[in-house]
Amino acid sequence: MTAQTALVDKAPQFKHSQPVRDTARTSRRAKYLLTVLAFLLPSAIPLAIFVLGPMIAAAWVSLNQWNLLAPMKFVGLGNYVGLLQDPQTGSVFLNTAYYVAGYLPLVYFGGLALALALNTALKGRSLLRGVYFLPVITSWIVVALVWRWLLSPSNGIVNTVLAWVGIQGPGWWTDPAWSMPSIILASAWKDLGFVMVILLAGLQAIPTDMYDAAKVDGAGPWRRLISVTLPLLSPSTFFVIIISLVNGFQVFDQIYAMTGGGPDGSSESVVEQIYDFTFRYGRAGDASALSWMLFIVILAVTLIQIRGQRRWVTYG
Amino acid sequence: MADATIAIRTRARWAARTPASRRGLVIAIILHVAIIGGALAMFFPFLWTLITSITPGANLTSTPALIPANPSFGAYAKLFSDLPFAQVILNSLLLASVTTAVQLFTSSTAAYAFSRLPFRGQNVVFAIYLATMMIPLQVLIVPLFVELKTFGLLDTYLGALLPTFASAFGIFLLRQAINQVPRELDEAATIDGAGHFRIFGQVILPNIRPALATLVVFSFMSSWNSFLWPLIVLRSPQLQTLPIALAGLQGQYISQWDVIMAGSVVSILPMLALYVFAQKYVIQGVASSGIK
Repeated sequence: MTAQTALVDKAPQFKHSQPVRDTARTSRRAKYLLTVLAFLLPSAIPLAIFVLGPMIAAAWVSLNQWNLLAPMKFVGLGNYVGLLQDPQTGSVFLNTAYYVAGYLPLVYFGGLALALALNTALKGRSLLRGVYFLPVITSWIVVALVWRWLLSPSNGIVNTVLAWVGIQGPGWWTDPAWSMPSIILASAWKDLGFVMVILLAGLQAIPTDMYDAAKVDGAGPWRRLISVTLPLLSPSTFFVIIISLVNGFQVFDQIYAMTGGGPDGSSESVVEQIYDFTFRYGRAGDASALSWMLFIVILAVTLIQIRGQRRWVTYG
Repeated sequence: MADATIAIRTRARWAARTPASRRGLVIAIILHVAIIGGALAMFFPFLWTLITSITPGANLTSTPALIPANPSFGAYAKLFSDLPFAQVILNSLLLASVTTAVQLFTSSTAAYAFSRLPFRGQNVVFAIYLATMMIPLQVLIVPLFVELKTFGLLDTYLGALLPTFASAFGIFLLRQAINQVPRELDEAATIDGAGHFRIFGQVILPNIRPALATLVVFSFMSSWNSFLWPLIVLRSPQLQTLPIALAGLQGQYISQWDVIMAGSVVSILPMLALYVFAQKYVIQGVASSGIK
């Protein structure tokens, strides 16, 4: 049995026609399994040791009371029960959901429009791409400073411009009703370039003769966008949506830097709360329990997305 | 005189256009104005950072002047004289390069397995991979610290690097890209007698160059900017990375924003250069790939 026939045999569409002995089949299967392992282990080993391991350890911590210094005290599901009874928990989850619901459509449609525009034969497009990518690589510390200043209620540029056209601007990050919109706006602005880059790579991978074929069939630009570009881009779109959801539910840096969760806890997110539990109040057990609650929410939302992808994601 | 001829010519050219092409021109102009206006809005905070960095004694109580009264590069000189800045940049470059190279390898191999090597329980394994992105880093830090202490890897580059060796983000990104590669290409290679290792190296990798270039940018960026983990693992000053040194600056020069902003400019520029370079590679990559 040569290696070549063994490999040919793996692809279902090239199945051997003559009967093969059982031992040969078993050894082929073992060989295939070894190939799978060879491709998977380089990533599986570090993920298991450095992410899954600590995740399981965090699950154990969540069943204990622990201030990081004194020995742990086992409390069973006590931390979870306490968190579920605390109205603060509902409030941080609501704030986080508010953030995701505002951020996701803004960043996706904005990034898509940008990617489509910068994929045309626009003059100076590589320079423009670089400029739109600048906020992605700038640290939140700087971005938060600039946005707090832009959205300053008294002398910020945004309210100054609004005043010119006779609109009294809101208090932005100083107003409990406007703190979350301010953070959503700044976050979408910063992450547009990220979505643009992913979708541009997806657009670049669409074979040009697909467009030629559509043109021959008499499809106009709008038709080509709907029937060629968007379906062929759907794997990248799916990726962007999952990543934005996963990151959106873990929103922290911008809140920490822009409002610190205020005013009146109006922008306190789940991870902001987890951070406070761990590093301010020494409640590592509660922090771990809240993390696992967040994990379950994110996992559920992601699984729903993965289930739903069959309906709209097409692969080559 | 000359102006008048130009005006006449322009009018003539406009009249010669069909209504459809007139509409096209108007759309193109609107698109250009929107996209350049947007770019200015994107560029503004960086410009502000740049200006603050060359304004001696800048502070944040006043609105920065767009043209500083007496610009100076003193803040940049201070970075290099007060900090082992060259060392810090070298450390960051080293860590980011190793992370990027290793992630390219571990992500592309895993992505190939998830896209092209069906096995029992594949969806469950993939879901577990994705799940590793879903728990906040802030909670993993303490167990990870204890773990690396047991291995004796605290205060070593290996300790800082190991947790970054595999990234679910990169694996997911590349899996989506490989799923987009037509399977006919694999089948053709299989008929030519290629095994999985050759299909991976000679068919798949060349066809996902845009995604690989994208991953290079994001892997490098996440390592270059990573803060919490290196801060906790790397204790010795000579091992320090750029974000930690910059955070130190913020404490040290609390009111000297020119120095802090000079530090941010220095941290942004290498990433921007890498991005521009990768973009060129993306375009070249597609031009020479086998997709038809």
